Amino acid sequence: MKCACARPNSHFIYFQVVIWRAVASIAWSVLLLPVTATVFVLLSRFSPFHPIQWISDCTSLLAASSTIFSLVVLCGVVLITGFFNLEFYTLVPSIPCSRMALLGTVLHPRQCVHSLVYCTMGMLVMWCASVTIGGRYSTLGTPCRQSQSGEVVTCLNEYHLFILLAGAFMGYSHSFLGVVQNMYYVSFQPIQQYKYPRFKGCLPMVVKCSVIQALYSARNFAAFYFFFGYAPKTWISSTLNLQIDSSLQPLDSLTGFLDFSLLYHLSISGTFLYLTWYLTVLLFRIYVTEVLKCEGFTVGYIKATDICVVPVLKMILMFLALQDLALLSQHSLSRRLEVFSLSQPGGHAHNWNAISRECLSLLSELTQRLVAHQDAIASNGRVKSQSASSDTRSASSSCSGKTPRLSVPLRTPGSVFKSSVGGANSALVAPFTPDVDSPFSSPAIRRLVGQQDPQSPCFGTVQSPHIMRRGPKLWSASTGSSRFSVIPLHGLETPVNSCSCHTLNCSAQVKSFLAKRVLIMYLFNKLPEASSQALFADSQAHIWALQGLSHLVAASFSEDQFGVVQTTLPNILSCLVVLLEAVDRHFKLPHASSKPVRTICSMGDSTYKTLRFALRAALKTAIYKITTTFGEHLNAVNISTEHRKRLQQFLEFKD
Amino acid sequence: MFPSPVPIYTDGSDAEDHVSSAFVIRHRKKRNIHHQTQLSLAANAIILAGVVCVWLQPCDLPSPQFTRDTLKGHSRPESSSRSAFLDQRDTLWMRSAGAWRDAGLHGLLDEITNSAEEVPRFLAVGSACVLALLRWASSFHGSLFPHLTLSSDEMVAEFSQMLDWSDSALRSFAWHPHTDKFAVALLDDSIRIYKSNSSATPTLKHRCQRSVCALQWKPLCGSALAVACQSCLLIWHVDPTSLSTRYCSNTSVSLSLSLSLSLSVSPITSIAWSPTGSLLVSASPVDTAMMVWDVAAESAVPLQRVGGGGVTYLSWSPDGSRLLAATPSALFRVWETRMWTCERWPCLKGSCQSACWSPDGGCLLLSMQGERVIYALTFSDLTGGSKAASVVADLSETSFPGPDGDLTVGGEVCSLSWDPRGERLAVLLKGDSQAVNHPSVIAVFKTRSSPVFELLPCGFVMGEAGAEPRFMQFHPHFQHGALLTVCWSDGRISHVPFYFSSAGLLGGDSPQQALASNTADHSSNKLYTEQIS
Repeated sequence: MKCACARPNSHFIYFQVVIWRAVASIAWSVLLLPVTATVFVLLSRFSPFHPIQWISDCTSLLAASSTIFSLVVLCGVVLITGFFNLEFYTLVPSIPCSRMALLGTVLHPRQCVHSLVYCTMGMLVMWCASVTIGGRYSTLGTPCRQSQSGEVVTCLNEYHLFILLAGAFMGYSHSFLGVVQNMYYVSFQPIQQYKYPRFKGCLPMVVKCSVIQALYSARNFAAFYFFFGYAPKTWISSTLNLQIDSSLQPLDSLTGFLDFSLLYHLSISGTFLYLTWYLTVLLFRIYVTEVLKCEGFTVGYIKATDICVVPVLKMILMFLALQDLALLSQHSLSRRLEVFSLSQPGGHAHNWNAISRECLSLLSELTQRLVAHQDAIASNGRVKSQSASSDTRSASSSCSGKTPRLSVPLRTPGSVFKSSVGGANSALVAPFTPDVDSPFSSPAIRRLVGQQDPQSPCFGTVQSPHIMRRGPKLWSASTGSSRFSVIPLHGLETPVNSCSCHTLNCSAQVKSFLAKRVLIMYLFNKLPEASSQALFADSQAHIWALQGLSHLVAASFSEDQFGVVQTTLPNILSCLVVLLEAVDRHFKLPHASSKPVRTICSMGDSTYKTLRFALRAALKTAIYKITTTFGEHLNAVNISTEHRKRLQQFLEFKD
Repeated sequence: MFPSPVPIYTDGSDAEDHVSSAFVIRHRKKRNIHHQTQLSLAANAIILAGVVCVWLQPCDLPSPQFTRDTLKGHSRPESSSRSAFLDQRDTLWMRSAGAWRDAGLHGLLDEITNSAEEVPRFLAVGSACVLALLRWASSFHGSLFPHLTLSSDEMVAEFSQMLDWSDSALRSFAWHPHTDKFAVALLDDSIRIYKSNSSATPTLKHRCQRSVCALQWKPLCGSALAVACQSCLLIWHVDPTSLSTRYCSNTSVSLSLSLSLSLSVSPITSIAWSPTGSLLVSASPVDTAMMVWDVAAESAVPLQRVGGGGVTYLSWSPDGSRLLAATPSALFRVWETRMWTCERWPCLKGSCQSACWSPDGGCLLLSMQGERVIYALTFSDLTGGSKAASVVADLSETSFPGPDGDLTVGGEVCSLSWDPRGERLAVLLKGDSQAVNHPSVIAVFKTRSSPVFELLPCGFVMGEAGAEPRFMQFHPHFQHGALLTVCWSDGRISHVPFYFSSAGLLGGDSPQQALASNTADHSSNKLYTEQIS
C-alpha cells in the first residue's frame, strides 16, 4: 500500500488516474494538431508542376492570421472531442439485442445531443478547411453578375455550402457509427507497450481508417446532396437573401459531381476531419489503458461498497487493478512475495485473502450469471409451451444475472417481448430496456420503462429491470455466498409475481399479433450472438482474475513460505471447475460458439465480440497452469469427487 | 581443429569489451585447450563404443517413415490449372476482376497493360508506367534485401528450420510440450499426429494449408496446434479424446494476416507460443512487423521495427521473459516481453541461422549462416547481461579414425537444440556432399551452466548410410534423461535417448552413460557408434 491507488479515497484516485490521463491525451492531441494541419495545407494546395510556388504558398499560408484563427477553432474542437471521449467512454460495450434496441440507442436524447454537437464540430472543422483551401471555397457569398441586368450582386457560393454540409454530414455519421461500432468502447491490448511505440504502431491504421471513412462519407454525402441538396440551398439563399448564380453549374447535378478538384478537396478535408477525431480517440485509449504502476497490491481495497457509489468511475479502477494483478503475478517476484506475506502483528495473510476473495467472488459471479442465463433459456422453453405462441425470439433472451456489486455498466440483452411486468404497452418500450443501465440512459428513461426505482443507494444507478422481473429465478441458483444481493432482491419479488400473473395472457396476444408484421419482425428480431456477447461483455476483468489467480497459485508452489495459498486452494479449484462447467454448457447453446464476422478497417473496437472465446481459453489455461505445477499433489487437496475427476482430465491433458 | 569448445570465463573476459553492444566476435586461440578437448573427445568415443548395444526402448514412441513416392505434393498452383481448359475470351471487366482477385494490384495492372487494344490509350500507358515504377521499386527493395526476390516457396525453403525443405518428405515436426505426442507436416501438405501407445494417427488437411513451414503445439493446452502456412496461420483443435482420424476445415481457425501491411502474399516461416500459452507470435520474411496474436480473441498487435527486411526465426525463452527474432540480414533482435522493447544485435557477417535458449532463459546460443562456431549471449535482469556475444565452440572440420578409414566431422552449424534440463546440447553440423567421408552429423555435448558455462563433447549421432539429419528436437519431458528426436533425409523419424542422472545431483563429474538407440527398426538399424568404432 505504498502508492496512491491503495488509498481508500476512490474519488481522489479516480481524479488522479483517469482525469489526468484524459487531460494528458487531450494535450497531446492539441499538440499534434499543427502537424496534421500542416500536412493538410500541403495536400490541399498540392500542385506538382509548380513545386516552388507550392511550398512558398503553403509557408505563407501557415503564417497567416486566418490559419492561426482556424487552429484556435480546431483546438476548441479537439477539446470538446476529448471531453466527449471522457464522458462517453466505456469499458463494457453496449450490445443491443435487436435492431429496435439499436434504434432506441441512436434516438436517445443523450445521443441526439452528441450527434448535434458533432454536426456542429464537423461544420466548424470544414469551415476551417474551406478557409485554408481558399480560392472558390473561402466564403459563403461571392460577387456575381446577374445575367439579365448585368449588375453585381452577392450570390450564394455553392462550393462553400457543399463543404459545410459535408462537415455536418460527416459529423453525424461519425456520431452514428460511434454507436453502431461501439467507438467509445475501450479495450485493453493483449500485450503491454510503452505509449510512444503503441502510438507509432497504431498510426498507420488510424490514417488508413480515416482515409477510408472519408471516402465512404464523401460518396454517401454526394448521393445525399444529389437528392436533397436543393432544400438547404434554397433555404440558405432565401434566408440570407443571396442570389443563386445561374451561370454556374449547380452541384446537385450529374455534371456538377464530375468536378474532380471538388471531390479531391472534399475527401482531403474529410480525411483531415476524421483524422483529428480518431487521433483524439486513439490517444485517449492509449492513455486510459496504460498500466497503473502500483507498488502495493491493489485488488483488495476495491470494496463492493465503493463500486456501488459511482459505478462507471470505479469500473476503470477495478480493471486497472486487475490488470496490475495479472502482471504482478507473472513478472514481479518481489510483489508476489508481498502477496504471500503475513501481517506483522497477528500473522494473518490479509493480502492473499483479499486478493483471492475478490477474484473468486468475481468468478463465481460470472458462474451465477451463466447459470441464470441457462436457467432463463430452459424456463423460456416452458413459458413458450404455455402461451402457445410461435415466438421463438425470446427463447434465447438473457438477463445477465449480475450481482449489483459489479453490475456497473453491463448491458443486458433483454428479450424484446418479455413483458411480464408492463403488460401490453411494455411490449413496445421493452426494446429500450437493454440499454437502461448504459451511460446513455437517464432516470427519465427508466421511469418511462415503468421500472420502480428501488431508491436504495446501492441500486439506484445500476438496477436493470430484468433483475426484478426474474429475481426469484435468478437467485434460486445462487448460493449463499452472494452476500451482497440476496436481501434487497427478495424485497422486490412480491410485486413481480403478482404483476406477471395478470398480464401473461395479454402479452401473449400482443406477441402473436405483432409477430405477423414483417417490419416489426425485422426490427424486433433478436440479433444472433448478442446475448452471448453481452453475457461476456466485461470478461476482460475475469480473464485477468483468472490469470492472476493461476499464476499466483502456481508461483506459491515454490514461493509461498507460510502456506497461505494452501488454505484456499480447494476453493479456487472448485470455483474454476464450476465456472468451466458453466462455460462449457454455455458454448453448447445456439449461436454461442459461432464466430463473429471480422471487420476490416474501422476505429470501432470489436474485441468484445470474441471475449467469450478468450475467457474460455484463459480459464482452461489457468486450470492447466495449476494442474501442471502441482501435478500429483492435487490428489491431496480436499475437493469433491466430480471436481477431482474433471481435474484428472486436465492432469492427463485430455481436455 | 574439431572440436574446441572453449568455456566462457564469465568473470574477466566479459569485462574486457564493454564498448558497444555490437556483435563482436572473439576467437580465442588456445592450443593447449584444443589438445585436451580433442583427447577427451576421443576417449568419449571409445567409451561409447564400449557400452553400446543395450537396446532400450525409451517408451512406446512411434517412429514412422515417409517416402517421397507415397506422398504427392501439389504439382502446380491453383492458377496454373487454367491452362488445361479452353481459352475463352471474357470481357475486360471480368478479366480485370479475376486478375485483381488472383494477384492483387500487380495482376490488375498487368492485365490492363496486356489488353491495350481494348482499353483507352491513356489507361494502358498509365498502368504500364505504374507497373514499371512498381517493378523498379521492388527491384530496388530487392537489391537491399535479396531474399525479397525469392518466390514464396523458395523463401520457405530458405528460412525453414527443416534443412532441404523443398526436397524433404517431412516438412516440419513438433513435440507436444506436455504429452507423448508429436505432429509431423508432410510433403502433401497434410499433418499427421502420432501418440505413444495409440495406433490412431489423425490427419489434418485444410485448403489453406500449403507449404507448411513450422508447427507448434500450444503450451498449457491439450489440443491446440498452430501451423504456419504459406498464406495464413492455422490453429487446429485436435481433440485428444476424439477417435476421429480425419480433420478438416471445421475444427480449425484460420488467422489471416489482414492486419499486415505488406501487399504481397507473405509466407509465414516462424511461429512461437509464449510459454504461458496466452500469446502467439508469427513472422514472415517479407514483413518487418511480427504479429502478436491473442489467438482466442483473434486479435493481433503488429510489432514493427524498421531494418532487417523481415523476421525469419522466432524463439521464445522457456521462462517467457525474452523472445529472439532473427532477420534475413545480419541482424537479430531480442525482445523483452514485459513492455515489448527490443535490443538490436547487429552481426558482423551472416544472418542468424538457428538458436536455442537455456532452460532458465539466461543464456542464448546462436549459430550464424556459413559459420562454424557457436556464440553465446547471456541475459540477466540484474546486470543486464553480456554486451557482446562470445564464441563458445569452434566446430571446424577435424578427422577421426573410423572403421572404414578416417571420418571428417565438422562444418557449418545448421541447427541447435538444448534439452529441457539443460544438460545436453545437440548441434547439427553440415557435411560436404562432395567428399566421401564427410557426412552431416549431430554432435552432442554435455553442458553445465554453473559455476561457469561448459561444453564437453559427448558423441555423435549419425544415420544409416545415405541418410542425413534434417531436423532435431528434444523431447520436452523425458523422464530418464534426454530424448533427441531426429528427422532424417530418408523420411524416417527416430528417437535417440540419452540416459543419465542429473549432473547437478551427482556433482557433475561422473562419467555419464550415454546409450543411443534407433528405435525405428532393429534389424536394419545401424548405430552411430558402430560407424565410429
